[in-house]
Amino acid sequence: MDDPVIRLTDVSREFPADPPVRALHRVSLSVAKGDYVAVVGPSGSGKSTLLNTLGLLDRPTSGSYRLDGIETTTLKDGARTRVRGSRIGFVFQAFHLLPHRTVLENVALAEVYGGDRRNRWRRAERALERVGMTHRAGFMPGRLSGGERQRAAIARALMGRPSLLLCDEPTGNLDSRNTALVLDLLDELREQGHTIVVITHEDEVSARAGRRVRITDGILTEE
Amino acid sequence: MDPRDLWTEALAGVLARPLRSALTTLGTVIGIATLVVTLGVAGTAGNQIVGRFDELSATALTVEVPRDDDPLVTWEAADELTRLRGVAAVTAIAQTEESSNLTVTANALVDPTRITGQSLAVVAATPSLPQAARGRMVRGRFFDAGHVRRGDRVAVLGEQAARMLGIGGLDGQPAIFVGGRPYSVIGVVGDLKRERILTGAVIVPPTAGAEFGLRDVTRVLVATDLGAADLVARQAPLALSPADHALLQVVKPPSPERARDGVQNDLNGLFLILGLVSLVVGAVGIANVTLVTVMERVPEIGLRRALGAARRHVAGQFLLESTLVGLAGGVIGTSVGVVAVVAVSAVQRWTPLLDVRLALAAPVAGALVGLLAGLYPALRAARLEPVEALR
Repeated sequence: MDDPVIRLTDVSREFPADPPVRALHRVSLSVAKGDYVAVVGPSGSGKSTLLNTLGLLDRPTSGSYRLDGIETTTLKDGARTRVRGSRIGFVFQAFHLLPHRTVLENVALAEVYGGDRRNRWRRAERALERVGMTHRAGFMPGRLSGGERQRAAIARALMGRPSLLLCDEPTGNLDSRNTALVLDLLDELREQGHTIVVITHEDEVSARAGRRVRITDGILTEE
Repeated sequence: MDPRDLWTEALAGVLARPLRSALTTLGTVIGIATLVVTLGVAGTAGNQIVGRFDELSATALTVEVPRDDDPLVTWEAADELTRLRGVAAVTAIAQTEESSNLTVTANALVDPTRITGQSLAVVAATPSLPQAARGRMVRGRFFDAGHVRRGDRVAVLGEQAARMLGIGGLDGQPAIFVGGRPYSVIGVVGDLKRERILTGAVIVPPTAGAEFGLRDVTRVLVATDLGAADLVARQAPLALSPADHALLQVVKPPSPERARDGVQNDLNGLFLILGLVSLVVGAVGIANVTLVTVMERVPEIGLRRALGAARRHVAGQFLLESTLVGLAGGVIGTSVGVVAVVAVSAVQRWTPLLDVRLALAAPVAGALVGLLAGLYPALRAARLEPVEALR
């Protein structure tokens, strides 16, 4: 069928130090369209490096990373930025909503760098609709609960119709009730066909994923 | 990235911290305002001096007529001069050395205890003297064409001469005696802006002046319209004396440019330097605050990079933000400066004069200061690695 969304082949990432720190060691991973994968592991295991690599925020030292069939390791900075902007939607633990902009503006921000201006607000409204946040469109993020903020951030991630939804500890700052709401939302998105990779250390989160991979000392194992 | 989006993002960035942005503009406001005030006041003051020339002497022409056996300029010719375009008023004056020192008394009695006789200048002039010399009648009236035609023995005194002769009012129909001949005083002329010497003179009609040998015109005073002095100066000798125009001497006002060149103010240089120093301080202020803002907004930069912003997008936004702050400072500073120039002019009763180019260039200068100040912080923001920014 199609190319998998993610195909990591023997990806290693070393940080220059004495001796060199190996954050990822010959990691291979394939994520097909519609997969819901949880990456688990203790802190310092290389989770963040894996997330940065998958999110094209960092470049592996060696190996190959194909995103939607595009070999990303040889791309120049500008091209990588464009691929990142158009194919990856990020959801952060800290939400990263701009405090002085309304929820709708925050969502629309996803299409400021690339994307069509026409109907941008319509698409932002539709993205908010999908996370059930239409009633908060004109609010400032400061007036939202944690769960609402994360849902707004997810709407922003969905805005650009990304191939991959990359979530970094999406429930790390949420209480159990809001965690459940966000996880329900991720389930829904998965049912709609989105490809989701969640990085987490919480069992509650990883249990909901269809597939779990564990990373320990830079080495990735399927569970 | 669409330029409109860049604009929206930068504007939102500036307005997100309105108080900080307002304070950041202060240095630029002070610098630009100082520059505008310095240049504006200098221009206004320079124009003011030229204006004074305009008012008093830029419209004043004098034609000196040398003495000759035949009169070079007739009394009638002087009146004819009013037909020239740009001439507001003309008067012909006759004054000789002998007539400059005549004994004038206010009555015929010889009082040994008092000095009754005054040594005054007696001049003959045509009736339009008050207009041409830009004076006014303090009392009574000036003689007119009728007096001249009839050869009436009337006289108009200069203000000073009237005081010296002890003539306070005209109610008693006072008379004066010049060389033993009586003349009725019909008016007192004062506030002369030109030919102030006439304030101490006795002015009689040309027909009466002949009695003292004041037969020929020795001087013609011309008051021109503003800006007509040069033209009238060229035409007047020909009109007055077509045959002997080369003998006439025209005294015309200095050209305004020279007056303007003469305006120099050492303080200007000092204030200009002060303004430039304020601008530099303003630039450092903007750079400093923008740098702090960049550091505070590291997560935002990370987010924007994650959303697909290239380094140049991040740099562009911060550059535009600092430029906007500089522009705002420039606009406010220019406004403050213009208001200050107008206020100074109002206090000094000057006509404010502002170069439009200055008013337009000053905000641009402010924006430029902001742009330059933003270069380093923008570079720092662009250099941030997204991984570090999001940590």
